[in-house]
Amino acid sequence: MAATLKDATAIVGIGQTPFARHLPQSEKELACRAILAALDDAGIAPGEVDAFASYTMEETDEVEVAKAIGAGDATFFSKVGYGGGGSCATVGHLAAAIATGQASVGVAWRSRKRGSGPRPWTNTAVQLPTPGQWTRPFGLLRPADEIAMLARRYMHEYGATRDHLFNVAMACRNRANENPAAIMYERPLTREMYMTSRMISEPLCLFDNCLETDGALACVVVSAARARDCRHRPVHVHAAAQGLPSQHHGMVNYWNDDPLSGPAWTAARHLWKRADFGPQDVDVAQIYDAFTPLVPLSLEGYGFCGRGEGGAFTEGGALETGGRLPINTGGGGLSEAYVHGFNLITEGVKQLRGTSTAQVPDARTCLVTAGEGVPTSAILLRA
Amino acid sequence: MTATTPSATPPTTPADALLAPVPDEDGAPFWEYAARGELRVQACTACGRLRFPPRPCCPHCRSFASHWQPVSGRGRIWSYVRPHPPLLPAYAAHAPYTVVLVELADAPGIRLVGNLVASAEAPLGSADQAAVRIGARVRAVFADCGGVTVPRWVPEKP
Repeated sequence: MAATLKDATAIVGIGQTPFARHLPQSEKELACRAILAALDDAGIAPGEVDAFASYTMEETDEVEVAKAIGAGDATFFSKVGYGGGGSCATVGHLAAAIATGQASVGVAWRSRKRGSGPRPWTNTAVQLPTPGQWTRPFGLLRPADEIAMLARRYMHEYGATRDHLFNVAMACRNRANENPAAIMYERPLTREMYMTSRMISEPLCLFDNCLETDGALACVVVSAARARDCRHRPVHVHAAAQGLPSQHHGMVNYWNDDPLSGPAWTAARHLWKRADFGPQDVDVAQIYDAFTPLVPLSLEGYGFCGRGEGGAFTEGGALETGGRLPINTGGGGLSEAYVHGFNLITEGVKQLRGTSTAQVPDARTCLVTAGEGVPTSAILLRA
Repeated sequence: MTATTPSATPPTTPADALLAPVPDEDGAPFWEYAARGELRVQACTACGRLRFPPRPCCPHCRSFASHWQPVSGRGRIWSYVRPHPPLLPAYAAHAPYTVVLVELADAPGIRLVGNLVASAEAPLGSADQAAVRIGARVRAVFADCGGVTVPRWVPEKP
């Protein structure tokens, strides 16, 4: 029998810096601070770290991190592509490495200066020729424009409305209002604010877009056996998956037979095949929310509802505390901080430790997803 | 036919100009045909299937032989967006403008991103909003964009 990933490893430490529009520290310093905080949370010395996993766009190399924190000899390091699609894959890669004996103490992290640094889409000198040549000359410049194109079609085909997107923004904002670390902690949102806010890329308005944040987060992964000796209740990595569907084109997924079923569907099929439980057994979910329409699409992809039902699923407070599926309980990328989704991983850990600021009573299972609309990843956590 | 290689240096784009397409090797023929006012799509020479975006080999039969097949330039709006600032300066000047995704009438499943405008040389923001809806019929025209000819889309007269 080959080594299995199921519950073989656990997240035993989490750490984060403050979140703000502007932090004075460098991306590298923020990364080191978050990683050291996570190791301290786990009660593991930095010299024991022998595995690193990160993901791309801005990047602090593991070489820089390892020598700064005083890590030991590393025997596993991986870097996952596609920006926010890579968040959960970092944990998946570490879990696979540790479950198969390639390393023993793994660190995954994300550090960004997207609050004070440049917006990537404003770079006209460096752009990928494919697919940029097919989209950018026509003013489809930003991720918001690319996703708005799919969102418009989704609304047209299934009757989803701006109210459904508002339900997503509102659930995230309500949780942020309970989380002192969240950027939007003291800033409530109303339906009137949402409906009268300025448009960014019709049909998406300001509040359909995530925050722009400086900050860093990290987590520590070890074997389930080692986890029993750590400071906190272990949060097991029950299943992990990546997803790159056949004929997928990234965020401009306009050129296949079914542009509205994206990488979430592929990741979900593998995830549920490997898990001991199904979508109906998920107590709380952390769903990647760079843009509100990604949530209904992900709800469908991960099997919480049928095709085209993601909008309707958000009705009646379903995503709120006490609802059918509380999501993004720290406020998510829309209202806590946008750090390429890593705060969704740490929030999942907090829920299963019982320490969230919007705790779901006795939460035992949590789905965490990475960016939908790009090659993606997801993990199932179990207490 | 043999695809000609793209020019070694893409056209430089001043900060206040619309972005010219930066072709790759696979995409270069599309822009060369567009410069002649022709809309063509890459087709597999072995199995005949059309594919977009262009790529070295056919995902259906794995043949590396391809040619560029003319299409009618007629299609329907599959989806559209209206970008508002913050945008690059040249685009902000035209905002909100209409970016359409056009599904080609003679190549279902092949969809081109472009701009709906009032006429070939009319500015980016010139489309009549009443004409913008999913399913509306449009046809390709050609216009200069940063020194490169690109397809634009105008409403099909009923």
